[in-house]
Amino acid sequence: MGLFKRKDLLGLRNVEKEEIKTLLETAVPMRDIITRAIKKVPALKGKAIVNVFYENSTRTSTSFELAGKYLSADTINLSVSRSSVQKGESLKDTIKTIEMMGADILVMRHPSSGAPHYVARNTSARVINAGDGINEHPTQALLDMYSILRHKGTLEGLKIAIVGDILHSRVARSNIFGLSKFGCELRVIGPSTLIPSNIEKLGVKVYSNLESGLRDVDIINVLRIQKERQQGVLFPSVDEYQELYMVTPRHLDLAADDAIVLHPGPMNRGIEISTELAESPRCLVNEQVTNGVAVRMAILYLMLGGGKDEITY
Amino acid sequence: MKLLIRGGRVIDPENNIDGILDVLIENNKIKAIGRDIPVNGLRDIINAEGKIVSPGFIDIHVHLRDPGYEYKEDIITGSKSAAAGGFTTICCMPNTDPVIHDGVVAKYVLNRSREVGLVDILPIGSITRNLEGEELSEMAELAEAGCVAFSDDGNPVMRSDVMRHALDYVRMLNLPIFSHCEDLNLSRNGLVHEGYYSTLYGLQGIPAQAEDVMVARDVGLATLTGARLHVCHISTIGSLQIIKEAKTAGAHVTCEVTPHHLTLTGEIVGDYDPDTKVNPPLRTEAHVKALVDALNKGIIDCIATDHAPHNIECKDCEYSEASTGISGLETAVPVIMDKLVNVGLLSITDMIRLFTVGPCRVLGIDPVRLSPGYTADITIIDPNEVRRVNPATFYSKGKNTPFKGMELRGWPWMTIKGGRIIAREGHLVQSMSLGSQ
Repeated sequence: MGLFKRKDLLGLRNVEKEEIKTLLETAVPMRDIITRAIKKVPALKGKAIVNVFYENSTRTSTSFELAGKYLSADTINLSVSRSSVQKGESLKDTIKTIEMMGADILVMRHPSSGAPHYVARNTSARVINAGDGINEHPTQALLDMYSILRHKGTLEGLKIAIVGDILHSRVARSNIFGLSKFGCELRVIGPSTLIPSNIEKLGVKVYSNLESGLRDVDIINVLRIQKERQQGVLFPSVDEYQELYMVTPRHLDLAADDAIVLHPGPMNRGIEISTELAESPRCLVNEQVTNGVAVRMAILYLMLGGGKDEITY
Repeated sequence: MKLLIRGGRVIDPENNIDGILDVLIENNKIKAIGRDIPVNGLRDIINAEGKIVSPGFIDIHVHLRDPGYEYKEDIITGSKSAAAGGFTTICCMPNTDPVIHDGVVAKYVLNRSREVGLVDILPIGSITRNLEGEELSEMAELAEAGCVAFSDDGNPVMRSDVMRHALDYVRMLNLPIFSHCEDLNLSRNGLVHEGYYSTLYGLQGIPAQAEDVMVARDVGLATLTGARLHVCHISTIGSLQIIKEAKTAGAHVTCEVTPHHLTLTGEIVGDYDPDTKVNPPLRTEAHVKALVDALNKGIIDCIATDHAPHNIECKDCEYSEASTGISGLETAVPVIMDKLVNVGLLSITDMIRLFTVGPCRVLGIDPVRLSPGYTADITIIDPNEVRRVNPATFYSKGKNTPFKGMELRGWPWMTIKGGRIIAREGHLVQSMSLGSQ
């Protein structure tokens, strides 16, 4: 048992503020390791981490894989294609098989909300949710929080806007759950078809107008628009979406003076974010990738590692 | 062969009886009901002091899965489950394989249920062939074979013209259509009720209006055709308003509600336990309150379980992949007793009406009662029995219930079918061979 007391990291909904702080603090020395000439510490030597991805993702699975490797764990990626699911093996059996091979941690992405919770109930390995359906993506939210913390020095009381398809966004949901524990003023901005029912009850303000939603915010978190969601029903066209919701340098003028822009990637340049903004120093999209590795090292370490000294020599 | 049930509180809504009385059964019929019936010469005397004696309970909405899905339930286990749950008559839905869309399948169900011989099973024929919503089933043949109603339950009839013609056609058979009201375009991809909890738990929502708009359509079509419409498992405030208005206006509309929609909300979905996945989905406190209120005001005609047993593989999986439905026959009575009657939200008399006379009215059959000459179908409840719901002990093959582990007070104590004790304290009384099960 590591320093992270709960067995699994399934989402930020039920995680305490103090646990998040510990994770974010631990990410600081982890980030330091990534910038060294020799990016490896023996903290998790002899531990096995398996990434089980039921949805395509290069970014998140690579990030977890490198995070494990920098800590000397043995990591492997298992992409479970649709075809092998169709062969009929249940999720429970697949997970049990991986557990019995000796996995200490399962990092799982799955298109069904709650699938990691189901898996966690059925395995003694520790489970990290790397995105489940439209529910949560806790490590993405943690890396967003870490990036904000690095630039703002604090999370407390910031004004944060999340722009895009809130309804289908696990990134938005985890950010809302995480940041609301730090007293942030949270806003969601998007077409009214993509705002989930009763979201105000999660303590967020809803805007459908980009300009008014961005006024005075410290952080703009721009979500990737899933073009396949459109289908002519949820929003009329990509053109109209871009017209109404593409964030550009002009919008930064509405925000607070030193506002920063986040994007979970991969970006649709010219749709939800303009190229000019994507390449501006105010946009942290590339730094977020590095921070993502650091945050994932932190969670892996806290779940499996020993004392603090193992990473600071 | 005589049997005397002594000293119980007899509640017989149809005869307006509520008192400490004895009930004498001779052969398979009620012989007498009264105070202090002489016991001399009687060998079989049941001491029912402290118990509630009622006409046999009826559940008009059960999925028996037989033929075709016997790994989920069959007519033997379904019959046993009904008997143990306090029911003497059940109606079974036609979404079997083959579908009950012709007389042959209906006859199979009837013959098989008679072979099993525990409870009366009244089949419901399908509205459309193969439940496809396109062509009408041979409804006259189904009626002739013994079907008591028609339903495509599980699959709403999406085409309004097909529903209109179905209602027109059944008018001449004088049988009701049991409608599963759901607009599939509005409910598509949905897993839980759309609202705060769908947002909190990150699950795609089904708005209450997916039900409301179809109830409105079907009530309109019932008005147009003059046919008898029964709305299955209503779960929303909107449905209640539409049905209330339709009844006031004189339409032939009835409706049922399930024990789970009366007592649970979508809040319990938070652990993504597929046993909470049901269609229509568990709603909110406001809907639940309105349903209970409507029970008391007589807007809802009966309680029905929508007993939907599933094999374990269909529920031991990801939430989105899981089958919908709750195994309800063996928890209906204790759930209503514990969550509504014992806490004063529903009178025991109304509960009994909703399980006996109410279902008969929906079916248009002579209401069950404890009058001399009537078949001795009797349900006896122990209002003080406290037990924990343990699906492992269910007679049903379906162990899928969100009530698992709950401690409930008020259980069926004895089920008597045609003068014969078929279940006692939750256990079957084995007096006949029931085949391999």
